[in-house]
Amino acid sequence: MSEPAVDDFVQLLTPDGERVQHPEFDFAGSDDEIAGYLREMVLARRFDSEATALQRKGELGLWPPALGQEAAQVGSVNATRLPDHVFPSYREHAVALHLGVDPVEMLGTFRGTAMVPWDTAAMGLHLYSFVIGTQTLHATGYAMGLQRDGLVGNPEPADNGAVIVYFGDGATSQGDVNEAFIFAASYTAPVVFFCQNNQYAISEPIALQSKIPLYRRASGFGFPGVRVDGNDVLAVQAVTASAMQRARRGEGPTLVEAYTYRMGAHTTSDDPTKYRSRDETDAWRARDPISRVQTYLLSAGAIDQAWLDALDAESEELAVRVREGCLALREPKLEEFFEHTVIDPGEVLLEQRDEYLEYEAGFADEGEPVPSETHERVQEAL
Amino acid sequence: MPTMTLAKALNAGLRRALEADPKVLLAGEDIGKLGGVFRITEHLQRDFGPDRVIDSPLAESGILGTAIGLALRGYRPVVEIQFDGFVYPAYDQIVSQLSRFYFRSHGRLKMPVVVRIPYGGGIGAIEHHSESPEAYFAHTPGLKVVTCSNPVDGYWMMQQAIASNNPIIFFEPKRRYHEKGEVDTEAEPMPLFQARVVKPGDDLTLITYGPMVRTCVEAAIAAGEEGHDIEVVDLRSLSPLDMATVTESVTKTGRAIVVHEAAMTLGMGAEIAARLQQDCFYSLQAPVLRVTGYDIPYPPSRVESSFLPDLDRVLDAVDRSMAF
Ligand SMILES: Cc1ncc(C[n+]2csc(CCOP(=O)(O)OP(=O)(O)O)c2C)c(N)n1
Repeated sequence: MSEPAVDDFVQLLTPDGERVQHPEFDFAGSDDEIAGYLREMVLARRFDSEATALQRKGELGLWPPALGQEAAQVGSVNATRLPDHVFPSYREHAVALHLGVDPVEMLGTFRGTAMVPWDTAAMGLHLYSFVIGTQTLHATGYAMGLQRDGLVGNPEPADNGAVIVYFGDGATSQGDVNEAFIFAASYTAPVVFFCQNNQYAISEPIALQSKIPLYRRASGFGFPGVRVDGNDVLAVQAVTASAMQRARRGEGPTLVEAYTYRMGAHTTSDDPTKYRSRDETDAWRARDPISRVQTYLLSAGAIDQAWLDALDAESEELAVRVREGCLALREPKLEEFFEHTVIDPGEVLLEQRDEYLEYEAGFADEGEPVPSETHERVQEAL
Repeated sequence: MPTMTLAKALNAGLRRALEADPKVLLAGEDIGKLGGVFRITEHLQRDFGPDRVIDSPLAESGILGTAIGLALRGYRPVVEIQFDGFVYPAYDQIVSQLSRFYFRSHGRLKMPVVVRIPYGGGIGAIEHHSESPEAYFAHTPGLKVVTCSNPVDGYWMMQQAIASNNPIIFFEPKRRYHEKGEVDTEAEPMPLFQARVVKPGDDLTLITYGPMVRTCVEAAIAAGEEGHDIEVVDLRSLSPLDMATVTESVTKTGRAIVVHEAAMTLGMGAEIAARLQQDCFYSLQAPVLRVTGYDIPYPPSRVESSFLPDLDRVLDAVDRSMAF
């Protein structure tokens, strides 16, 4: 397993739950805030496991688990506030929950009842992106817009905004991501490139995508790169906050590499035993992002067993709500999707829709099923 | 004769191509150790090594561009695009480069590159995983575009495509990967760019390809029970089109319906209908109809069965054509 030397990444909370100093970065928040992060991580994990279970029962087509990446997501999104804007990839469930996306509604995308259902403007969260790397360019353009709107570099920090964009280690190989780095650097765009290096792009290990630590790529593009222990929520928050502030001040982009591990499968369709060892996964389990925060807060006396029990109960409530809500998601009709294919669709498309509606209406009584011997005769013909 | 799934047949075809010619290379995301997300390249890296079965960095433009370079150096790359919806980052390399080197070099530079693309819907996937982009490529001069519909074609067409000196976009109907058939691995295969009459009939011709071939055969059999004798033509090659086979069929039946999953406007059906009215005008007894996906992006999976042409929609068109 490729574990970085400790001085190679920013860490403020060790896997044993001990707070440590870093010369450059410091987490200044209170224990109450840290308890808030713990709660977000625990709820995100419970949501994630429920979604995985729903997929196993055939209720979702697919689920990309975020298991193991909770600190990277919760820490970073807690460094944002309006008018910042967030561009996710497709695994940022903890980010989406933090920003107010309804977990049940989100499942619509994976159940196949919806495209991407949330109101991006209201959430400050762009659509999930399923084409690898593409969103880094959109984020950069959005950041250029903030700049032109005068929301960068104002003396009053609260007046400033920035953009954070999430992508994976595999995505760094895409042309789009490299072009985004160039544009962001050229225009000093207020964007933080937040790369969750979870060590794999499906089966492909990071070594195939990069011969140097990813964060070091930034220097070649002319902006700073930082590697942070992605399983340390405090360090992630501190490093991301500093990068966001830098962007808001008008000093340009930063690449943050959150060094973490995808504890689960790439998606529920994936079988990770084909490409990685159990030993490796076990070693990372010892670096779990949640347990270290819990250990710290308990030892600091900031939380107690009763607090944890209450969180447990809240998690179970969430799971029930998600399970029931998923099954109750509204089934869409095809004609709805004709409505928002394009503005002012034109005759050809409207005609198609009407033909479809007319055809469907003809099915008031169910069509006959294919006769049983058909299967064999089809087989013969083929 | 061995029975195998389309997935296994493609795998066996790739294996035989790797055995037959040391210049054949495979490349793509997750195709090596994992054997591809659909396992089409399973065990090929184990058996032929990582220099011949290459796990590519996650960059489709890079995969295509380097395949072109390897081809310039005498290799015969067969690249996998993981899903239909992810070919677009490679589109420039395919359309502006791969398709044109032969033309731009006055016929000196050949591009024996095969681009494998699992395509089509019906698998309950999220967006970008169910698309049918074949017309974009069939519209591009300099490319050949083929698609298999069954294990026999999967096995043979793959080997023929790899042996061809043309750049070939090879579409694999992913929802048919697990359907089985007997594959005669010794038989003489039919030519790569030729259409096949899958089921003969006298009353009407269903012209289709890839995932819709089975649907059309089912429809033809069901229509037979209502007294309509339907012929089904599997195009196999979308560029070039084997219009001789299609025209012969439609001249005989006088009625034609083109069926595909891709959107209707400017799809394969448009081209075939245009050619039929030109080539069989006096034989046609009804307008050429199209049963296709609608002109909207592929919708969420819970409504895909309404979006995709199915048995009923094909039969409905058969009725309309017969009644004309
Ligand atoms: C352009 C494109 N190519 C291929 C895919 C198929 N695919 C989906 S996820 C994935 C791996 C992504 O790895 P990484 O960027 O490291 O993110 P992670 O999934 O590990 O979070 C691939 C190849 C895709 N979605 N988009």
